[in-house]
Amino acid sequence: MTTTSPPTQLAAPTEPRARRSRTRNRSEWKGLAFVAPFLIVFLLVFIAPVVYSVYLSLFREQLIGGNAFVGLDNYLALLADPQFWEGFGRVVLFLLVQVPIMLGLALVAALAIDSARLHASGFFRIVIFLPYAVPAVVAVLMWGFIYGDNFGLAANLNDWLGSEVVTPFARNWILVSIGNIVTWEFVGYNMLIFYSALRVIPTDLYEAAELDGAGPMRVITGIKLPALRGAIVIATIFSIIGSFQLFNEPNILRTLAPNIITTYFTPNMYAYNLSFAGQQYNASATVAIVMGLITAVIAYVVQLRGSRKEER
Amino acid sequence: MSTTVAPEVRPSDETRADAASARRTPRRTRRHRNSPLRPRKSVAFTLMMSIFVIYSLVPLAWLVINATKTQSGLVSSFGLWFDDDFVLFQNIWETLTYRDGIFVRWFGNTLLYVVLGAGGATLLATLAGYGLAKFRFTGRRAIFAVVLGAIAVPGTALAVPTFLMFSQLGLTNTPWAIIIPSLISPFGLYLIWVYAVDSVPTELLEAARMDGAGEFRTFFTISIRLLAPGIVTVLLFTVVATWNNYFLPLIMLSDPTWYPLTVGLNQWNAQATGVGAQPIYNLVITGSLLTIIPIVVAFLGLQRFWQSGLSAGSVKQ
Repeated sequence: MTTTSPPTQLAAPTEPRARRSRTRNRSEWKGLAFVAPFLIVFLLVFIAPVVYSVYLSLFREQLIGGNAFVGLDNYLALLADPQFWEGFGRVVLFLLVQVPIMLGLALVAALAIDSARLHASGFFRIVIFLPYAVPAVVAVLMWGFIYGDNFGLAANLNDWLGSEVVTPFARNWILVSIGNIVTWEFVGYNMLIFYSALRVIPTDLYEAAELDGAGPMRVITGIKLPALRGAIVIATIFSIIGSFQLFNEPNILRTLAPNIITTYFTPNMYAYNLSFAGQQYNASATVAIVMGLITAVIAYVVQLRGSRKEER
Repeated sequence: MSTTVAPEVRPSDETRADAASARRTPRRTRRHRNSPLRPRKSVAFTLMMSIFVIYSLVPLAWLVINATKTQSGLVSSFGLWFDDDFVLFQNIWETLTYRDGIFVRWFGNTLLYVVLGAGGATLLATLAGYGLAKFRFTGRRAIFAVVLGAIAVPGTALAVPTFLMFSQLGLTNTPWAIIIPSLISPFGLYLIWVYAVDSVPTELLEAARMDGAGEFRTFFTISIRLLAPGIVTVLLFTVVATWNNYFLPLIMLSDPTWYPLTVGLNQWNAQATGVGAQPIYNLVITGSLLTIIPIVVAFLGLQRFWQSGLSAGSVKQ
């Protein structure tokens, strides 16, 4: 590395804009050098496990002949497995109900904080974002205790009402209870995604709207929501991924509601229990691959739809 | 989008308040620089939005209040108020010394995973994001597409095979099983890439090149400073992710001496049920409180930096 005077002094833009091929060749390997450390670890902890997963899903441990290639048999077995479909149906239901509620709340919060009509909006922003910093384990333990009949607020409320009205661990309510925990954890995170997108809107757009006499609602529908489209697509994709991966919350609540939350409550729990309780690594890898494919396809479709609207 | 939406009519009391404050300060200077139409602040609206604040804070308040109670006091007293005997400090002492101070050990493990895992992830993501943003090379698009696609891969799709791979390599039940997978943050790479495109002027880099400075020297002396707010933002997210990691250590570790706080706490909670149950809910609750304090402090402490990162990234004009 050469030593020279501080290059910052040469920052004046005297450099011609045209890119020459010499620069291109130089940057060819320099750029790769920057990316290489990431890529090497990425290959080890992302690509290799995916390849290994695919390999596992095509084999099966058999009583006779040991580990044998079975083609797509594991996939066919999984598609005929009612436990898998039960878990899958549950996360789809969760996705359809919880995600719109959470993103709707996040959008309201972001618009409110951006509206400059709130007192102490900085306080709002940090407090609403705060639960994101709370570990999922602690969040679930906290809410689990609050839900509990032992010393929770639910128990206090039921005592006060004199009957068992609030039963977060009942079969019909458990998914709502989990949805509430997930919403609590991630509203602030999504709010921040939306809020950052709102901040990039150029102020002259607002000034133009003001000159045209547009009211706050008109500014929201005409300027802010269209500007948020990309952020909404991103947040939706992340939430879909999160829903399909649902694991921590039900798995930790299982200690408190073991009879309601089964080992195949979500596909992710199913995959986990197949391999760590049942040693059925091939079946487990198959669940993982199928869920990965479904997630990727849905994320792709959402992105396509989102960007097509943007072009219009 | 239709263009026929009528401008919203404001509620009358707010209009009156607006008029009143307008009379008091005839010409408001640009106090709300970023507000679209420079609206006045509204107490009613603030109160309405306080529901969000209450929702966010009630469980945390519950945690703080109940960390001051004994095991029996937890059951006998109302959840959102203090019990007669205040035993927070006894609880903390008991948490820290229970089973020869295993909690302190878990705390140290978590710190180790955060420093090496989140620190390493931020470094790798910064280098790679910068490389992708500021250099043109073959395969750049492909790398970017694969890495972004990786965001969509579910955790378990990787966790089980990673576990099997690592156990072949003899890495399970060691800190490396947690640290190595934590080193990759596709989202962090994406953030830095987006951030570097705008915040590091290509002319500046070319000037440095003309001056004969090596690329890595330029990166570590100039670019890294320009990227600082973006880096702090990524660091914050990777620290939170590593501090809160539960699934990976749950799978990789069977030896409690290597547990991070999250897995350890859940083990304490699980020990309250089953055969020979030993409920130590007061310790679980106090331990939970001790677990979130450092991360919340880091969060609030770094606030100035990551919020400037967010807004600096948004000033485009």
